[in-house]
Amino acid sequence: MTRRGAPPSLAARVVGAVLTILLVGGVLVSASTWLNGRQAARQAYDRVLLGAAQDIAESIRVLDGAPFVDLPVSAFELLAQAPDDRIYYAVRGPRGGLVTGLYDAPVDGDDRPPGVDPVYFDGALQGEAARFVQVTRRFAERSFSGAVTVTVGQTTHARQAMALDLMLDALVPMIAAGVALMVMSYFVLRSAVAPLLALSDGLARRDPYDLTPMQTEGLPRELQVMIDAMNRFMGRLDRQVEAMRNLISDTAHQLRTPVAAIRVQAESIQESDDTTASAKAMERLLARTRSLGRLLDQLLSRALVIHRTDSAPRVALDLREVALDMIDRRDHELLAPGVEVTLEIGEEPVRVMADDFSVGQATKNLLFNALKHGAPPVAIGTEVRGSEAAIWVQDAGPGPDPAVSARLGQRFERSTASQEDSAGLGLSIVAAVATALGGRVEMGPRDGGFRIALVLPLAPETTK
Amino acid sequence: MIRLMMALLLLALPAWAQEDTARFGTGATVLTLRSTTDIAIVRPAIERFVATNPDLSVAYEQWGSNDLFADSRAACDGEHAPADAVLSSAVQHMVWLVNAACAQPYQSPATDSLPDTRRWRNELWGLTEEPAVIIYNRRIIADADVPRSRFALLDLMRAPPDALVGRIATYDIGASGLGYLFAHADSLEATTFGAMLEGFARVDAVATCCSAEIIEGVASGRYHIAYNVLGSYVAGDMDRDVGVILPEDYTLILSRSYMIPRGAAHPQAAARLLDFLLSAQAQEILAEAGLVMTRDLVETALGASGRRVIALSPALLVALDRNRRAQLFALWDNAFRTERGP
Repeated sequence: MTRRGAPPSLAARVVGAVLTILLVGGVLVSASTWLNGRQAARQAYDRVLLGAAQDIAESIRVLDGAPFVDLPVSAFELLAQAPDDRIYYAVRGPRGGLVTGLYDAPVDGDDRPPGVDPVYFDGALQGEAARFVQVTRRFAERSFSGAVTVTVGQTTHARQAMALDLMLDALVPMIAAGVALMVMSYFVLRSAVAPLLALSDGLARRDPYDLTPMQTEGLPRELQVMIDAMNRFMGRLDRQVEAMRNLISDTAHQLRTPVAAIRVQAESIQESDDTTASAKAMERLLARTRSLGRLLDQLLSRALVIHRTDSAPRVALDLREVALDMIDRRDHELLAPGVEVTLEIGEEPVRVMADDFSVGQATKNLLFNALKHGAPPVAIGTEVRGSEAAIWVQDAGPGPDPAVSARLGQRFERSTASQEDSAGLGLSIVAAVATALGGRVEMGPRDGGFRIALVLPLAPETTK
Repeated sequence: MIRLMMALLLLALPAWAQEDTARFGTGATVLTLRSTTDIAIVRPAIERFVATNPDLSVAYEQWGSNDLFADSRAACDGEHAPADAVLSSAVQHMVWLVNAACAQPYQSPATDSLPDTRRWRNELWGLTEEPAVIIYNRRIIADADVPRSRFALLDLMRAPPDALVGRIATYDIGASGLGYLFAHADSLEATTFGAMLEGFARVDAVATCCSAEIIEGVASGRYHIAYNVLGSYVAGDMDRDVGVILPEDYTLILSRSYMIPRGAAHPQAAARLLDFLLSAQAQEILAEAGLVMTRDLVETALGASGRRVIALSPALLVALDRNRRAQLFALWDNAFRTERGP
């Protein structure tokens, strides 16, 4: 996707790595085959040298009290196995005296004392690299006794040619294998990278506002993990954007009527001359603004709840503590002074995995609805039902109109008849919390009153 | 004064070892060619060469093979300037010189087309194919008595008619490098060599120096039979009285070899001469002179098994080995009873 001055692509990286491996391997293999070839050539031609030298040593006789060499042609035919190499030979008596040989002067290194085993040494023949062997034959005759050394040498053309041949013989199939590997790795790489390329193509062509999930079918596992993560992220983004959009439109919608009413009342105060009437209107205006404040609170808290359902971590939460907290805060005394709120909780903890703020907001809205629209006494409590936990609020009233409860949870749950202090918005918060935490809202008549409950799945025992 | 002159003469002696000289062409670049081949035999080929290469002229020096070897060794040791090219029939000398790194390499399509037996290290090339033959005087030896193989010659010598005593000639291996080479090759080739030497002893055979002298002797009837004569010289003389036999048991085939000494003044010119001598044109001229065996001669007189090419290979170094020389000379001297200095 990045085009210039960009870091290398995945394919380029892998190709580079494969090339490097092949090159380094090739150099190592060439070096090793060259060494092997040289070793093999050295051994092969050293044997030829030794054979020739021993052939010559065999041909030494003692004649009239002196060593005499009946030089065998076979030795030279053996040396001619290296057809283009020059030859050196010398047979020397006990005190280094030349018995026979090509030249009177010994080559460098041909002055070592006679040993038992053949001795190989490197030297030069007329300035050209050469290899020599020296073998010793001992005589113990009546007329002659002592060691006679035979030195045979040869230049190294044939050795080098053989080493090169051996190396090439080994290298040619290896080069072919290397090329085959390159071709294969090209195709393997192409098929491996193909889904990635398709994916990056898809991403490049994608509308920046398109937050729908990407297809993961047929993708390699590693990529699926990535795409799943990306899809989850996009989903959350999508929901948040949606929530924000809803919040804005809700807010606009909810505020339009009360703000218009406030304006009308303020204008009527301005135009009225009657002080008693304007004092009355002022009181209504005050009540309106207070109600508007609460509405704003609720809108904010709903937005917060919806935001948190996606982002806040779930923690282990005891619903009894939520209910207890509700009583302890005594917010209800401000809202409905004089109304008794009773607490009904058991001994056992009622644990769920949830966001405590969201659950608190939902409970608060349930309680406030009961205080405002129901009849006292009001009770708040928790209970465990099988694999579910519930936090509930009950009042002695008949409950809402069935039509209202049917539309429960929708955003604009505020009948035109109702006052600005909206029960509908409160219930929609509860419903949103329930949905986000995988639970539900239950409501119905109970013990001559009306009970509404937020039911959530019980936390697994293992999570303490 | 006389002493001084003597000293000068002695110093100049190696230069006197050459038997004959000739100058071909008028080109500015003078190619010195030292050879054992008689000038008369190579004249047509060299004349053709300078005719097609007008910028070159050839200073041809004819040498005895042993002297030429000594001269080349001295040149290789840096004692004096080497020739531009050396052509010798004593190929063991040439192999020795190449083995001692006295030659320089050259490669061309012409040299590459030579068989392995006529090339070594791209420094030594065999130009000719010449058989070692038995010659006889047609007037004296009847057709039926002509020895067509070594065995026949042996039989002839085993019960020699008195007429044959002192009438069989061969090269003196001490004086002739070529004669020594043939004797060496014979000694390697077959056990007949020992019997042959005994036979020579029995008939009081004559070991003498040079090809020309032997052929002349046979032609004149002084010798009846000569053994191991280089066939090319006979063909060159084309004497009607001289009969030529390629021995049927085996015939040694020699290839005169050519090398360009290291440090030669005109190596390119020498290489041009080499390429010319290997060309079809020059080979034809050499064949006319008898230096290259014609195909029908090879096919009719010799089976494939009878051809013993003396290959240019390091195995020829054995021929120059001092112990082996001593041994061969001992056998030879025993047969010919010649006195030899230490």
